[in-house]
Amino acid sequence: MSIFEAFRLAFEQIRVQKLKSFFTVIGVTIGVTFLIAVVSIVAGMSRYMQDDLLGKIIAVNSFELRQRPNINIGDQTPAERRALRARPAIYESDVPPVVAALPPGIKWATHSSGGLTVQSAYARPTNVEIDAVSDQYFTIKDMDAVQGRLPSTQEFALGSAVVVIGKDVADYDFPGLDPIGRELRIQGVPYSVVGVAESQGSVFGQSLDKFVVVPERSPASRWVRRQHVVAGVTIQGESDAAMRDAMQTTREVMRVRRRLHPTQPDNFTLETADSALEFWNKIKGYLEIAGVALPSIGLVVGAIVIMNIMLVAVAERTHEIGIRKSLGARRIDILRQFMVESATLAAVGAIIGVALGIGFAKLIAAVSPLPAAVAVWSIFAGVGVGAGVGMIAGVYPASRAALLDPIAALRHEN
Amino acid sequence: MSRTAEREAVVSAPGATPDNRWVIVTRGIKREYDMGGEVVRALRGVDLAISRNEYVAIMGPSGSGKSTLMNVLGCLDTPDDGEYWLNGQLVSTMSDDALARVRNKEIGFVFQTFNLLPRASALHNVELPLVYAGVAADERKRRAKQALEKVQLENRMDHRPNELSGGQRQRVAIARALVNDPSMLLADEPTGNLDSQTSEEIMRVFEGLASSGQTVVMVTHEPDIAQHARRIVVLRDGLISTDERREAFVSRQGA
Repeated sequence: MSIFEAFRLAFEQIRVQKLKSFFTVIGVTIGVTFLIAVVSIVAGMSRYMQDDLLGKIIAVNSFELRQRPNINIGDQTPAERRALRARPAIYESDVPPVVAALPPGIKWATHSSGGLTVQSAYARPTNVEIDAVSDQYFTIKDMDAVQGRLPSTQEFALGSAVVVIGKDVADYDFPGLDPIGRELRIQGVPYSVVGVAESQGSVFGQSLDKFVVVPERSPASRWVRRQHVVAGVTIQGESDAAMRDAMQTTREVMRVRRRLHPTQPDNFTLETADSALEFWNKIKGYLEIAGVALPSIGLVVGAIVIMNIMLVAVAERTHEIGIRKSLGARRIDILRQFMVESATLAAVGAIIGVALGIGFAKLIAAVSPLPAAVAVWSIFAGVGVGAGVGMIAGVYPASRAALLDPIAALRHEN
Repeated sequence: MSRTAEREAVVSAPGATPDNRWVIVTRGIKREYDMGGEVVRALRGVDLAISRNEYVAIMGPSGSGKSTLMNVLGCLDTPDDGEYWLNGQLVSTMSDDALARVRNKEIGFVFQTFNLLPRASALHNVELPLVYAGVAADERKRRAKQALEKVQLENRMDHRPNELSGGQRQRVAIARALVNDPSMLLADEPTGNLDSQTSEEIMRVFEGLASSGQTVVMVTHEPDIAQHARRIVVLRDGLISTDERREAFVSRQGA
């Protein structure tokens, strides 16, 4: 019996016993459904992370000189954490030597952040993130004002009490009003609103627009940084290569300033998007393992179910097998018939699982902040896995069928 | 064909292949079973020679070994001792897969209980031996239709067995047995599940096949049915006790 014939027979069998076939493969279907859903969600998040998220939090082609990493994995020991905190801070005085060493096309900005009480005359006080920055901050972050303007070079130099507010702050503190020119108190210090920043979008459903930006020499900034200290210096190159060169230069300058011996590690951090990605990649690794391991357990159960039901099917069809053998079916013909039936059953179940998994992933993407990207390869993998599971599950029952004695099988009654 | 020629075929030197006048030659076939500790010697040394175009009935009371002999002749079972040449091939030492090939090509079974696949059409039942012979689908259907025409059932070819009468089912089984052009038709109590009128119908079909050159071997315990054959071999206690030629009392009808 050719494989094609065996397939024809298998589909006939499924067609005749639709409900029973469905219950046979339900384990495989569920396993594949969750496999596809998890893979799609993880892939979607990965793409989101790389394309959207990183671009919002870390500017393109830039790195940050900091005392210690901003985004960290969290599996640091308390000793490691203490060691990081014990490092020297980044001082305002570190900036000129670094900048001097960098080539002319490089942009840089110092910044510090903290949460302060913000209040206008039109709403209750709230806690808002304050970014105290130098003038190239807006260029590097590609942030523009949709209303009003950005602070001028003079205002940066003088440390004027002017503020650019985020969209959420504008909506809350100046509802229905034009905020430009109005007063906003930051930690009690009166500031004048000069501009409203364009929306920064959201991350995992959380809005990024609840912030205010002030020149770092302006009065309120003393609450977000110690004197002469900056939280970080963001340095941006025109290309990835330029950025990497700049990183190297900065490292050399800082190591000289800190008088580090060649064998000593850096006592400062140069943080890039890579390191944040590293964080994500670690999580992604765990998610993928769990996302594959758990549905696989379902698949194992599914395989056992298929095997048992096929064993029953073989027993029920003993007479039929005897007839086929008497007509000339060899062992391999019978083996093939039942293994193909088992594999086809499981593959059909897997296809249903793929469809359900895609639907499930899209549903999750629609109702939650989690994105989903269905990868075409996962569809083929799902079907392949299903067929494979079916074949493995079918080996034992099929070989039992193949080894039946034709005479005894013919005598067998249904 | 005289009895001496048969004996010659059977007793000639062991190992020598009989010439191809003979469809079946067995020499000293023995078959034993272990039934709960006791050894049952079903066949104790059967020598049998059947040439082309013979119409033979094998009779015997129950326990005579005729079912065992049928299984051996049908290549469903291998003897413990002795030799069996089917159409010139020594099949008594063949492997299971080789025997399956032989069954497919050389033997057309007709069973008492018909043994059709219940959920397949008559046409698909008849084409089944061709499926295992690896014949392409179009060719298979053509030959299956042809076989059904021979038993006058081509207008029922899409019916399932449960939509056919007993006589019709047996005719489908006969068509199936013939579809791959076998060396012999091997029938086990072919009329056992049929009433007397239908039995006569089936016997007429066999007559027709025998007249047109088909070798037919029929195992039966009913003397009325055995009388249709032209040679009756009687088995008793695992050995052939009588082997007689006769003219069938039912006159031949044209094929």
